Amino acid sequence: MAGYTKTNITPPRWLLAELTYSCPLQCPYCANPIDYAKYGSELSTDDWKRVLTQARKMGAVQLGLSGGEPLTRTDLTEIVKHARELGYYSNLITSGYGLTEEKIVQLKEAGLDHIQVSIQASSQELNDHIAGTTSFEHKQQVAHLVKKHGYPMVLCVVIHRENIHQMADILAMAEALGADYLELANTQYYGWAHANRDLLLPTKEQFEEAEKIAQAFKETVAGKMKIYYVVPDFYEDRPKACMNGWGTTFLTIAPDGVALPCHSARELSNLDCPNVKDFSIEEIWHDSKAFNFFRGYDWMEEPCRSCDEKDKDKGGCRCQAYLLTGDMYATDPVCSKSPKHYVIDEAIASARNAALADNEKPLIFRNSKNSRLLS
Amino acid sequence: MTLNPDLPIQFSRTHRLQWEEAQQKNVILYPEGMVELNQSSAEILKRCDGTRTLAQIVSDLEEKFATQGLHNDINAFLEVALQNGWIHQN
Repeated sequence: MAGYTKTNITPPRWLLAELTYSCPLQCPYCANPIDYAKYGSELSTDDWKRVLTQARKMGAVQLGLSGGEPLTRTDLTEIVKHARELGYYSNLITSGYGLTEEKIVQLKEAGLDHIQVSIQASSQELNDHIAGTTSFEHKQQVAHLVKKHGYPMVLCVVIHRENIHQMADILAMAEALGADYLELANTQYYGWAHANRDLLLPTKEQFEEAEKIAQAFKETVAGKMKIYYVVPDFYEDRPKACMNGWGTTFLTIAPDGVALPCHSARELSNLDCPNVKDFSIEEIWHDSKAFNFFRGYDWMEEPCRSCDEKDKDKGGCRCQAYLLTGDMYATDPVCSKSPKHYVIDEAIASARNAALADNEKPLIFRNSKNSRLLS
Repeated sequence: MTLNPDLPIQFSRTHRLQWEEAQQKNVILYPEGMVELNQSSAEILKRCDGTRTLAQIVSDLEEKFATQGLHNDINAFLEVALQNGWIHQN
């Protein structure tokens, strides 16, 4: 874009490697794109090793191994080993589904630093319903094994209207499992969550109640467990500084090799996101149209352009602006200064009406059949 | 939780202290996070090897940098490190 100068470009620090879109679970808030089923071909082991090497050389140090379910990649241990040799701090972001003790030991020996296990709810019935797979007991066992083998254990629970009433039980479960970190991730409404928003978005009262419980708990476990709270931005006055600013810190590589400034950026049109099969990470980060598109401030429209808070929130999230207003340059409508802030109020009202309706429509589960139907 | 002067100090097994060539500084790495360290903080943490006590770390660094009176600064930093879970004693 006009106005950016190369001297402004900071190196990537965070590499999110989405190793695959395959997943045995079917969570209806999955962050993968709705049309994931059409991106069939996955990068080879050598492609991933090359990507890791190139990004590390530029300064990337935190590595997220994600998906889909990264455990479905048979070369996961080999990728982890390569990452450790390069000096990455590697985070396996997994449902835990299919994770055996043998695999946990093997990954530890290969140099994996931490395992984040997601649990969908504090009860078996709801967990298995949301995951679309019987997995609750297995996940609990995996959490124990992760602790047993000396990994810092991060439990991730995505929060939405179906489980928000379980907040107190979720916290008790995290404590009982000995989590070192608990990520309470209020659903972010992209991808599948966007499609299911009417059924997932809690009311403001529900949020406030849950937040109060989480806050009180945080004080009782200070020093033992750290809590990461991902804020529900529909109920905030100002948008999040998405990705710490476009093309400043985060680099996502999708399963087929497409490089994205954030994992949702595939939803934006006309970005021409480059593929690691065609370009080096250095070229992608510095020279590609996609990574320069929203760098700096020149792309901004009003009210962002003249706003004295633009340094802080970088205009918010481009994907959210696009999904909710149809204009990817617009101010994130979460911002109360946005002329289109009413779309947030409408979304909240629509979800509330859906919650009160007698015949609630069913959740759309994330699977290849639904992906093909919807794209 | 405060520092016990009689016990040796150990860097956390669930964090990693590492030199970052690209940043030209030491960092602490932990699940989904990173803390950038200045040179003195890094020198202190490198000595938290499970054998040295506070007094030994102080005398070590006073000798290395040929100076005196580091006790208070080092103590204050290690208290912060303890609160953050970067070090422990047991």
